[in-house]
Amino acid sequence: MSDQPAVTPGNDGERVDMSTLLADSQVNEVLDELDRELIGLKPVKQRVRDIAALLLIDRARKLVGLASGSPSLHMSFTGNPGTGKTTVALRMAQILHRLGYVRRGHLVAVTRDDLVGQYIGHTAPKTKEILKKAMGGVLFIDEAYYLYRPENEKDYGQEAIEILLQVMENQRDDLVVILAGYADRMETFFRSNPGLSSRIAHHLDFPDYAGEELERIAEIMLQQMDYRLSESGRQALREYIPLRMQQPHFANARSIRNALDRARLRQATRLFAQRGGSLSRDELRTIEGDDIRASRVFT
Amino acid sequence: MKITQGTFSFLPELTDEEIKAQIQYALNQGWALSVEYTDDPHPRNYYWEMWGNPMFDIKDAAGVFVEVAACRKAQPQKYVRVMAFDSTRGFETTRLSFIVNRPTNEPGYRLIRKEGPSRRVEYTIESYAVDAPEGRRYS
Repeated sequence: MSDQPAVTPGNDGERVDMSTLLADSQVNEVLDELDRELIGLKPVKQRVRDIAALLLIDRARKLVGLASGSPSLHMSFTGNPGTGKTTVALRMAQILHRLGYVRRGHLVAVTRDDLVGQYIGHTAPKTKEILKKAMGGVLFIDEAYYLYRPENEKDYGQEAIEILLQVMENQRDDLVVILAGYADRMETFFRSNPGLSSRIAHHLDFPDYAGEELERIAEIMLQQMDYRLSESGRQALREYIPLRMQQPHFANARSIRNALDRARLRQATRLFAQRGGSLSRDELRTIEGDDIRASRVFT
Repeated sequence: MKITQGTFSFLPELTDEEIKAQIQYALNQGWALSVEYTDDPHPRNYYWEMWGNPMFDIKDAAGVFVEVAACRKAQPQKYVRVMAFDSTRGFETTRLSFIVNRPTNEPGYRLIRKEGPSRRVEYTIESYAVDAPEGRRYS
């Protein structure tokens, strides 16, 4: 925080010092972090920047006494599995918190089970309970389309949607709702719930990752787990990724994470099989080519 | 006669913003909030009706205030209080309790003198409101 006032009188009326405002919100740090730690996702990052800019300008407008209605920030995240929807939602909560749009900046991640009850009269209290927990933060509903089951007209999901709608409309200042799911199913979901669709201002589409993006993601993941790839390991991973991408049930970054977990397993077995002798720090953290090549993808 | 029970009761009525600020303070201390209501204003009436379960795992005052507002709406002519329970070892008790809603007309208390053996007098109080049966007071 700087002591300098953000608003100073100028010869054409009051002037807002944007650099002070920016420094106060520390939003640049979060955005840089987003750029650094999340690979790819260009359109998503751009939209996050747009929203950050809007909120900052809104705050500047408020400082000089211009009307500043809090904009609706409910969002929908669509994209294939493993494209980073949950990760971005977490970041979004932080960004909105730093910009002062939500008061606490925590993320409550739920699915249908957490909102919909099992018998008549069970759904409303359950949904309200979750909404109360999410107040002041972000409510992230994963695979939101399960809330609506057109084949069963007695399904309680509709009740949960109605309560959600009401809170999304009346308590916009208290929480931000993010609905997430696979693109095609979300589309049908929104088509059958026009009220929900019209209350969501931002539809963000998460593109699939390209091969080299996945490679960089793998490296970041390994770094966080304190592992590194040997030269042969790197080569093996480079060959592994395109092969894995063609397999069924490919889930982008999540598949890569699983592959790395299995490679760690094999590395552990390999080191364990050596029995006796001592292991150096380097050996303990290096994943070799064979650890990856043992995958069934190569057969 | 405005009854004075719990914290802040000698102050003017708290506004919604002030109530939220107090709730937020309690949440920041890690206390669990609950909402209760009653139509028996006797100071020794400890057991008020619970409005829903005590609320845990809530981060923001808005979440608790939803229940305060709902209780006020359902029981506009009763006393409503917010309580904050501290589960820390050594306390394990209510740390904060304040009234957030009261009936428009509070008739106050009468003093009852009961003469016992040897002309000894016992004093007690009773609210004029409780002359009517439960549920029909303050209407």
